[in-house]
Amino acid sequence: MLRIEAVDAGYGRAQVLRRFSLEVAAGEVLCLLGRNGAGKTTLMRAIMGHLPLMGGAIRLEGVELSALPPHEVPRQGVGYVPQGRRLFGDLTVAQNLAIGLMARGQGEETREWVLGLFPRLRERLGQRARTLSGGEQQMLATARALCLRPRLLLMDEPTEGLQPSMIEAIRQVVARMRDEGVGILLVEQRIDAVLAIADRVAFIENGRGGEVVPAEQLRRDHALVERYLGV
Amino acid sequence: MRGGGARAWTLHLAVLVLLLAVQFVLPAYHHGNLARIMVLASYAVGYNILFGYTGLLSLGHALFFAAGMYGLGLAIKLGGWAAGPAIVAGLGAGLLLSLAVGALALRTSGVAFMIVTLMFAQAGYLAILYFGAFTRGDEGFVIPREARMIMWLDLADAATRYFVALALFALCLLFCLWLMRQPLGRALIAIRENEERTEMLGYDTFRLKLVAVAISGTMSAAAGAAYALLFGYVGASFAAVQYSILPLLWVLVGGAGTVLGPFLGTLFMFYLIDIASGLTTAYMMIAGVVLVMITLFARSGLLGEARRRLWGWLP
Repeated sequence: MLRIEAVDAGYGRAQVLRRFSLEVAAGEVLCLLGRNGAGKTTLMRAIMGHLPLMGGAIRLEGVELSALPPHEVPRQGVGYVPQGRRLFGDLTVAQNLAIGLMARGQGEETREWVLGLFPRLRERLGQRARTLSGGEQQMLATARALCLRPRLLLMDEPTEGLQPSMIEAIRQVVARMRDEGVGILLVEQRIDAVLAIADRVAFIENGRGGEVVPAEQLRRDHALVERYLGV
Repeated sequence: MRGGGARAWTLHLAVLVLLLAVQFVLPAYHHGNLARIMVLASYAVGYNILFGYTGLLSLGHALFFAAGMYGLGLAIKLGGWAAGPAIVAGLGAGLLLSLAVGALALRTSGVAFMIVTLMFAQAGYLAILYFGAFTRGDEGFVIPREARMIMWLDLADAATRYFVALALFALCLLFCLWLMRQPLGRALIAIRENEERTEMLGYDTFRLKLVAVAISGTMSAAAGAAYALLFGYVGASFAAVQYSILPLLWVLVGGAGTVLGPFLGTLFMFYLIDIASGLTTAYMMIAGVVLVMITLFARSGLLGEARRRLWGWLP
């Protein structure tokens, strides 16, 4: 589904990703693990077209995303839940969802589907996004990305700062998306969150791709985690 | 984008009905003032679409106001056009200029966007002075009374002038209220809130911002053309930097990103200067002190603050 091929990317002259390669299949949750500054968010931004590539290519089912202008990438079916949620804080929950729905011409059916996934948001439709709790904001950020009906969902540290019940709610939605055939690339630092949901785990270190292993193997071989994350 | 639809429409229609009614009781001086304020407020409403709703701070809107004014004025003076087609010429000039300026200036952002728009406006101002053989330079020119007729309507007549100013203002106000409830308006607000995030949702933010500049520029041109036609004068001072700063002040004082705020700001500033200038020759000092107080105690502007503290539903 998603093929990242020997990608070089960075900010100005500072190269962050170095010949980074990865593949995500449809109906798979692939977690990208790495320390702070390893290049995880840079990779997400590169996939979304917000960082010009210095080399390599990024393809979604054969379409070269890296050749498209940034606003065309979501139209190819890529939903992005950024780190820190980045909601339209002054707008209500309903308005945040409306902006997500309008982006790809989705209507009432998609709105109901999304609110069915996050019933909590239905109770908060008239509330300003910035007044929501951290967990509710994460739900809204995820719901807004799902308004695009994505084939590929990118999630950047979705469990950061959330209480366990909220993490579980997000995890259930991720599992449901996977079951519906959506490919999910999840960036995480919390190993427990990764092991609870991932099918495969890829490591990233200093912008270079490391091993890609089944999550099952990681549960048995903790030395691998220690090597990459130092925990 | 905020608030219930019915309540918002009722409020705005009530304000328009009030403006329609007060003309019958106002003394001649205030009658004329209010007509002028409504034309200038139309300019501010147009400016607010770009600044208040899209989050783009332009310092070059005098160019679009002057484009409407000179487009109409020169069509009448040099081309001998009737007022109706001359209005179209003014609007066309504003639309074309805003598209051209937008296409270039939107390649920048933030402070650079401010500077580029300011430079374009200054270039326009200097062009008016340079081509003084046609524009009469700094002196400007008067549009004769016989040219200020649309069919049977004599726009030099005070009552007609008030009606036309009100009609223009009503059109701009209701259009703004309607636009901000449309997908385009919502996308503009999303850009103001977070442009990168909006783009990551699949919106072509450059194109949307260009549309916002074009709408805002054309509305400013409409106000400029109306001003020339209703008050019979076309002058370079309307293209000067002061007329780029004034709509910014009106919108800030009234409340950026509120539909009625530009009108309130224009009304407030107009009478503040009018009253202060009757008291002292240092009237700008009084205006300055009042502006500082508003900035300190009502950072969202008069209506913005009312929305924040009292009426969250205000659009």
